[in-house]
Amino acid sequence: MHDAVGHAGETLPAWSLPKDRVEGISLSSQWPDRVTREWAWGGSTGKGVRVCILDSGVESGHPKIGELESAVTIAIGEDDETIVTEDSEGDVSGHGTACAGIVRSVAPECSLSSVRVLGQGFKGSGNVLLAGLRHAVESGFDLINMSLSTTKKPFAGILHELADSAYFRRTVLVASAHNMPVESYPWKFSSVISVGSHEEDDPLAFFYNPNPPVEFFGRGVNVDVAWLGGRSITASGNSFATPHLTGICALILSAHPELTPFQLKNVLYLTATNVGGGK
Amino acid sequence: MTEPSDLQAAVASGVVGSAGSFGELLSAIVQVARSIFGAKASSVLLLDEDTDELVFEAVVGEGEESLLGVRFPADHGIAGWVLATRTPLVIEDVRKDPRFASDVAEDTGYVPSGLMAAPLLHEERILGVLEVLDRPEQSHFSLKEMDLLGLFANQAAIAVDLLLRARQAERVLEEKGDLAIVAKLASVVNELEDERREAGLRLLGNLAATLGAKTSL
Repeated sequence: MHDAVGHAGETLPAWSLPKDRVEGISLSSQWPDRVTREWAWGGSTGKGVRVCILDSGVESGHPKIGELESAVTIAIGEDDETIVTEDSEGDVSGHGTACAGIVRSVAPECSLSSVRVLGQGFKGSGNVLLAGLRHAVESGFDLINMSLSTTKKPFAGILHELADSAYFRRTVLVASAHNMPVESYPWKFSSVISVGSHEEDDPLAFFYNPNPPVEFFGRGVNVDVAWLGGRSITASGNSFATPHLTGICALILSAHPELTPFQLKNVLYLTATNVGGGK
Repeated sequence: MTEPSDLQAAVASGVVGSAGSFGELLSAIVQVARSIFGAKASSVLLLDEDTDELVFEAVVGEGEESLLGVRFPADHGIAGWVLATRTPLVIEDVRKDPRFASDVAEDTGYVPSGLMAAPLLHEERILGVLEVLDRPEQSHFSLKEMDLLGLFANQAAIAVDLLLRARQAERVLEEKGDLAIVAKLASVVNELEDERREAGLRLLGNLAATLGAKTSL
């Protein structure tokens, strides 16, 4: 990275690459000719990777989850300000707990945090979602699991900006594709990793979709998931496929922390079940 | 001045149908959903934005008698999650956990062991949630069923949209009794046949011209 100096002496970003700067962007690691799962995440446990579950809260201490790094709840104040408080309520539906449990099962040593955007009343829940996502992006998580979407068009622009800003800050959004034929966001944005369901039982099986907008399919049918009260249930839906991909991303980032979101997506492609390295 | 939407609502209530008939349509959709999935119960919950609650609007099967009209907070439980996230969800093997689907359990003592829930989306609005409770235990859930659930939810959403429009029209007429004549006129002309219908429409055209309409009808 380098900055150019403008006429007035102020520092300006330069979106170009002069000859004498080429060495400055040399990559720290070279990929093998054939990227395999062994290279991508062999021996990885997700250690060192910070994952945020943006959802209904997470039950801390659940046998399938363990302790959380942090748990906050988001509200909007009278002057439209975002209020972030420590979450003492836990999970208001069970869904966030399910997602956290899936990530933990794939990446047992990753760090898990919860940003709760539900349970503050239905009214204004779209604004709480946006504020929660902004908070998660600004908190610098490596991965944000978003097993939810909104159909409100006015939010699409802001969500798009947030998704792009996350992408350039090296925070990867992993978002559920909608199971129904409706317009919803943010999964349709190309700066996120969008996930639908396949029906296989292998938690590490995932498919690249050559017919976007859904980019990947993860395990999302009849999944044994954590639920409220330290219990487990069987659940289905794209919202459970998403944390499987989040967990796999955590494994890859743990083994290769230098990867940008673009590179991470490339590794996912190359190691997908239906692509060379995943076979 | 009367809002154009009030007049339109009045005309609509005269010709389109009553809230009662759309309510029956909704019940029929819920009944078919229950039957297709072989479930013990199925219901449609409507979002009441004024009170931030979900209301049981149509119920068939378990809880049919006691649940209709029952309300609970719109931001909790499975239905609350589906509503807020606009995302369908299927969960099973729940056993006897009172926290699960407490919206149903608290009022009936009936605790389902499985639930399918999908959002009722009409354009970009969320209107409520379709629930299908307790499919047969031995049946294996597949993505085909998820698609089917989505199709039923779409159909139910259309019925709910019509129901809400009809209710709005009825509310307008209740609040603004003077518009009832517009509804009645629309209804009467709509039901006329052949020559009488033509004559009725001519009469309305003349009336419109007399009242200042710029082009003939």
